[in-house]
Amino acid sequence: MTHADRVLDALGDRTRRAVFKSLRAGARSVGEIADRMDVSRPAVSQHLRVLKMARLVTHRAEGTRRLYTVESRGIEALRRWLDGFWDETLAAYKVAAEQEATKERKR
Amino acid sequence: MTTEKTAQSGDPANILRKVVSVQAPPATAWRVFTEKIGTWWPLATHKIGKAPAVNVVIEPHVGGRWYERGEDGSTCDWGRVLSWEPPSRLVLTWEISADWQHDPNLRTEVEVRFVAEGKDRTRVELEHRHLDRYGARRDEMRGIFDSEGGWSGLLASFAGAAGA
Repeated sequence: MTHADRVLDALGDRTRRAVFKSLRAGARSVGEIADRMDVSRPAVSQHLRVLKMARLVTHRAEGTRRLYTVESRGIEALRRWLDGFWDETLAAYKVAAEQEATKERKR
Repeated sequence: MTTEKTAQSGDPANILRKVVSVQAPPATAWRVFTEKIGTWWPLATHKIGKAPAVNVVIEPHVGGRWYERGEDGSTCDWGRVLSWEPPSRLVLTWEISADWQHDPNLRTEVEVRFVAEGKDRTRVELEHRHLDRYGARRDEMRGIFDSEGGWSGLLASFAGAAGA
């Protein structure tokens, strides 16, 4: 099973998708997710386990509570890609702007 | 909820900043970025339409469209103009998903500031923000998280284009 399959499987379930979406606004505990969704805590825990295996969520300890959040590695990959994208685009822009300025100075 | 969202969007992980210094006065730097964007934007690799793209247009007013034009005359929207303050500040929406499709529901923002540095030099500061809006979208997940088939493939093609 590839990682992509795991991600698609994890998000293929409607309740699991709702659990995942509930973390978009910020970190939450199992209890907080369950209270908002009318789903039992054990069921939420099970969904979070699947989401975690797909590396879609991660958790951290805060005191005695365990808080779940959206895994940010996807954002990092996106940033790396956009970083290269804008580097290339701005390099092309710089050449054009300086050529235009040279033309204007000659006028 | 609103404050949480703002805090998340303000997270440095969700903002990308770039700076480039150009040997040109701000008015020229502005004009080349906006009016002449079609002359320098790397359309061979950075476009979304099916037809080969021949031009990029930013309509010069708030609410104006930002789009590419294909050689067959078709247009594909990239976003809209949110702020139009020549020659110093431009804010555009960037409504392009991670799999390079226009999606009006995915609104990230690109702000470009033109700061004079002496008579003939301009510092161009670009900020691409609200990147978290990509993060929780299911269709992008496949590409974002699948490092083998998604991003690394795109990265390789971009690296190839950059080296050409």
